[in-house]
Amino acid sequence: MFKKINNLSKSAFTALLMLSLYPSKVLSDWDALNMREGVTQVSRDVFELHMLIFYICVAIGAVVFSVMFYSLFRYTKKRNPNPSTFHESTKLEVAWTIIPFLVLIAMAVPASKTLTEIYDDEEGEINIQVVGYQWKWEYKYLEDDINFFSNLSTDQDEIYNLVPKGENYLLEVDEPLIIPVDTRVRFLITANDVIHSWWVPDFAIKQDAIPGFINTAWTRAEETGIYRGNCTELCGKNHGFMPVVVKVVEKDEYNEWVLAKKEEAIKLAELTEKEWSLGELTERGEGVYQKNCVACHQMNGEGLPPIFPALAGSDIVMFDKDRNVEILMEGVQGAAMQSFANQLSEVDMAAVITYTRQAWGNAENGDGVYVVPSDIVEYKKPKI
Amino acid sequence: MSSVIESHHDDHHHGPAKGLMRWLLTTNHKDIGTLYLWFSFAMFLIGGAMAMVIRAELFQPGMQIVQPEFYNQMLTLHGLIMVFGAVMPAFVGLANWLIPMMVGAPDMALPRLNNLSFWLLPFAFGILLSSLFMEGGAPNFGWTFYAPLSTTYAPPSVTFFIFSVHIMGASSIMGSINVIVTIMNMRAPGMDLMKMPLFVWSWLITAYLLIAVMPVLAGAVTMMLMDIHFGTSFFNAAGGGDPVLFQHIFWFFGHPEVYIMILPAFGIISHIIETFARKQLFGYESMVWAMLSIAILSFVVWAHHMFTVGMPLAAELFFMWATMLIAVPTGVKVFNWVATMFKGSISFETPMLFAIAFVVLFTIGGFSGLMLSIVPADFQYHDTYFVVAHFHYVLVPGSIFSIMAAVYYWIPKWTGNMYDERMGRLHFWLSFVGVNVTFFPQHWIGLAGMPRRYPDYALQFADWNMVSTAGAFLFGASQILFLFIVLKTVLGGKKATPQVWEGARGLEWSVESPAPYHTFSTPPKVN
Repeated sequence: MFKKINNLSKSAFTALLMLSLYPSKVLSDWDALNMREGVTQVSRDVFELHMLIFYICVAIGAVVFSVMFYSLFRYTKKRNPNPSTFHESTKLEVAWTIIPFLVLIAMAVPASKTLTEIYDDEEGEINIQVVGYQWKWEYKYLEDDINFFSNLSTDQDEIYNLVPKGENYLLEVDEPLIIPVDTRVRFLITANDVIHSWWVPDFAIKQDAIPGFINTAWTRAEETGIYRGNCTELCGKNHGFMPVVVKVVEKDEYNEWVLAKKEEAIKLAELTEKEWSLGELTERGEGVYQKNCVACHQMNGEGLPPIFPALAGSDIVMFDKDRNVEILMEGVQGAAMQSFANQLSEVDMAAVITYTRQAWGNAENGDGVYVVPSDIVEYKKPKI
Repeated sequence: MSSVIESHHDDHHHGPAKGLMRWLLTTNHKDIGTLYLWFSFAMFLIGGAMAMVIRAELFQPGMQIVQPEFYNQMLTLHGLIMVFGAVMPAFVGLANWLIPMMVGAPDMALPRLNNLSFWLLPFAFGILLSSLFMEGGAPNFGWTFYAPLSTTYAPPSVTFFIFSVHIMGASSIMGSINVIVTIMNMRAPGMDLMKMPLFVWSWLITAYLLIAVMPVLAGAVTMMLMDIHFGTSFFNAAGGGDPVLFQHIFWFFGHPEVYIMILPAFGIISHIIETFARKQLFGYESMVWAMLSIAILSFVVWAHHMFTVGMPLAAELFFMWATMLIAVPTGVKVFNWVATMFKGSISFETPMLFAIAFVVLFTIGGFSGLMLSIVPADFQYHDTYFVVAHFHYVLVPGSIFSIMAAVYYWIPKWTGNMYDERMGRLHFWLSFVGVNVTFFPQHWIGLAGMPRRYPDYALQFADWNMVSTAGAFLFGASQILFLFIVLKTVLGGKKATPQVWEGARGLEWSVESPAPYHTFSTPPKVN
């Protein structure tokens, strides 16, 4: 029995060895297990710093552990029945205090240099405000007056394993941030509700987005491409579902995109003027609801009480149109409900309110009053 | 009440009262130590079960077992329970059992306070765990409970969480006062400060750290309470408050807290290596000075947890350099342990196996800590699985291995029975493999870009998450074996001699095994 157990512990050790060998076959690409070098000067500096510190640690570890394992094999009770009695040595103590100190200085010098580089807060050629929301990002191009939200575009069915997962599972959005290559872009990062953190590994940028504060970061991407990152500060339920996607494009392409975005804004204004039927509004509203509201209020409108109240059967949604509009526009102080005034266009705002007032039997059980875009325009006018 | 005590007076020299009342009313340091140790083991299993929920959900990409809200509750409670319920009370239990015996005192200096500080704990954790059944669920904002996620956006149970943290803090402060008073006043004649066993030294320093920072934690949660219920805006930017202030206060507590969970381990490991290498510790004085320096430095490095909040360059540089400096005294400790083994006469009983693993794996955790201190690199590591790997390396094969080592080392003294050596070794190897399979791959997935506190992840992290989960279940299951070994030892086994271990030094080995209910009623003489 005992022998068996001893054998077991040996085979456990072999299993560990096997495990450490197994991956090199399966995942031949070891680079996938290391930090990314990225596509900026800063990200490459950071990568080199990371490797430098790593190798220094490996070297120190090799020295310390070989002395230790040598002692463990050479000075066992069997091989060395009579232990030495030496102890205390001021010389040695001083040596192993001073030498590590010098090694640390060797690390601190390049680290401080790179950090100073990163902390250059000169203005960018393009300045973009990044705002974290539960659970999406807003990008505002300060020079061009463009702004939009960037939501996770992975299907809920992929998350709940009903359909196969796509290649960029959880790392894809409906509208990525677009910046031109070889251009100094400065980010002004803040948040609307709780603390988020905006991370793009390939730029080596990770800055917390904090309500009431504006943090800055900058980059100069040297290669076009799509770079994916995440929110890296726990921000509630869907913290894991608000990726960052940045598309770096040629400068011409960027300028075209800016023009297209501006035209889009004009078209949206035209839509606001249009006469909307109940059916059109409800249909559009359902899409808006799925993108912006389901995370909390759920597809069936039941919410997740008590933090995220139900909309199905809610007195406000069924009977109080004015309060309904006010909540969407202003948010609810002291609760998770944020203001959507800047997130949704007048059309989308009216559509989503109309949808919630029509869906889940709310129209049948309530007053059935619906909201049109001009109501929102009216609400936004300064009150005298 | 006094008549009860009177009527039991005669029993005092024979042993404890019988039944449940023995444990409820006990003022005996050994009984209270036992209570603390069993309590912490129960919490270790509960917190561990939560870890299993987390790892099971992460076994594959996609949501399978729990919803994201519940996942966040699990990771929050896992952290809180392991830190405040498992590691800290286990060290207090060891302090209770060992400090009086090590300094030659008959008991702790304040026995009734001792009883109170233990019996507060079941209530604190009862309240915390009951929040799982409240409307809106348990706290879901991480064990670091950053505002405003933990204030404006928190579930209603946050108020119970705050109350529970207050009770834990009160318990810790009372326990620390007791440790300091005992060590300062009740040492046997001849035992100067610089002759104290290192475990006693490590706890003296730890107790001062606790008294310094527990009130800071209490302040932080009180400010949260005010923000939530009384209309203040300490941490609410909309009211002129500062969410970053919360993090400064929290980590001013939190960083010394990290050392509270490792300093007693340093003490334990020093004793065990000395015993099984059969050679005096290489540099006792430098070990004491190293612990003192680590404790003092722990007050000036807190913002290294916050490198990404947007501090000014000067602050980032200061906290980076100060943090790197901690590597020096930590290195001194590791070098001393290795120098103690060098030319010793080493045997590999279970406590020594755990101690050797501690030295290696804690050092690996130290290396990743050093890497994390490098601010530009930290911008990439921060809040990824690299950090998760780092702190689990210092807490699991660090703190928790030291606690297991301590249990195997001193259990013959506590119970009078030897534990089953072969089973102990099996437990060690299973835990060792489990811990490494769980946490080593997390370094890689962290570097490759997987953020922490994510219930779901991109496909490239799938393989290693699966390995990590397998390791976690192996580690979890082997702790059932640990429970079995401890129970078996309590119930019987080969009788232990007073000396127990050939190379052991210290007053606790001069009394019988099991240690009588009352030891050192007259102080021993120390040369």
